Amino acid sequence: MSNHTLPDLPYPYDALEPYISRQIMELHHKKHHQTYVNALNAAESAYAKASTPKERIALQAALKFNGGGHINHSLFWKNLAPSKSEGKGNGGVLPEGPLKNAIVASFGNLDTFKKEFNTATLGIQGSGWGWVGVNPSTHRLEVSTTANQDPLLTLVPIIGVDIWEHAFYLQYLNVKADYLNAIWSVINWEEAEKRFAEATGGAKL
Amino acid sequence: MSILSFARSATRARFSATAAIRSSAASVHTLPKLDYAYDALEPHISGEIMTLHHTKHHQTYVNGLNAAEDAYVKTDSTKDRIKLQAALKFNGGGHINHSLFWKNLAPATQGGGQLHDGPLKAAIERDFGSLGKLKEKMNATTAAIQGSGWGWLGYNQATKKLEVVTTANQDPLLSHVPIVGIDIWEHAFYLQYKNVKPDYLNAIWNVVNFKEAETRLVEATK
Repeated sequence: MSNHTLPDLPYPYDALEPYISRQIMELHHKKHHQTYVNALNAAESAYAKASTPKERIALQAALKFNGGGHINHSLFWKNLAPSKSEGKGNGGVLPEGPLKNAIVASFGNLDTFKKEFNTATLGIQGSGWGWVGVNPSTHRLEVSTTANQDPLLTLVPIIGVDIWEHAFYLQYLNVKADYLNAIWSVINWEEAEKRFAEATGGAKL
Repeated sequence: MSILSFARSATRARFSATAAIRSSAASVHTLPKLDYAYDALEPHISGEIMTLHHTKHHQTYVNGLNAAEDAYVKTDSTKDRIKLQAALKFNGGGHINHSLFWKNLAPATQGGGQLHDGPLKAAIERDFGSLGKLKEKMNATTAAIQGSGWGWLGYNQATKKLEVVTTANQDPLLSHVPIVGIDIWEHAFYLQYKNVKPDYLNAIWNVVNFKEAETRLVEATK
């Protein structure tokens, strides 16, 4: 049986400041993500013990919610990085390469892409995630969203942004737009590039 | 132009201006005032939360609802109207839910947290055993919502019982008559309770307006 564990952050809790506060990162990682991990383990344990389809179906919601929460947050921590603008890392810098070319091909330029991503994410009516991902048929980038902790299944995730209120409220209060503008300074484009290469088989556009 | 015809044309102009305003304005929803000060529910719900929740979050639903209704009135395309349904449901539900919420909260000085003998108390004891058992059930059910939403004590008109139900996001409660609603969107508690939802859910019962809840039940059981 798999025993899921909370992955360590690749950077200290205060590394994403001033864009995402240490207080948020600590709560988000040690409380929220940890809770998904614990509950996923509990749900999988119960599933293994279940002997009827009805019992298993009854557990699907818990598996989806907590499994999705674990998947989404694990992707999230990795697609964030301390910002270049603060001299802390490479966050926020999109290097030349296949990913940049794909963004230009699908969206025209980086700013237009960010606008489209932010608009879609702001439009979520409840809790959820904003995503840019690779369409496995067309190999092109698309912006998408998922509700609650639903994992992204229709596209290969390249970058995810958490828009649950716990992801930003302590710092940005109700002003979601400010959070979504700020987070681009700590997006880990190197990780995004890796995911893109894997999703496209390293194929050039 | 004679005085009479001048008056007639002025009246006609005024009527058509009014008709134009009426057809483009649809209904104008407004943010209802709270019946208590922003800090009146402390220490159970902070003044900071109440201020943001009312003046920012609820106001945004009101504005969004007015804009959606305005757009709905301006189109006669069935397809465009269907496209507007999500905005109407989300913002309309947000306005309905929060309007009910402010009224089913009250400071202790206005009776908040106090359930007196009467039809509501009798119904709670009949359907849950006790107020304590209702709180347990409602808190567990509300905390278990997977995302944003509302916990409700609702009156089921078919079974004539009080029941605990939930709605997702800003969906209004349609299956039951709302008696008490509890907002479990993170904005409703996070600044004060952080991730510890159970602490918020335990605290809020101190400011539930049982008088208002009883009024709603009496109305529903007429």
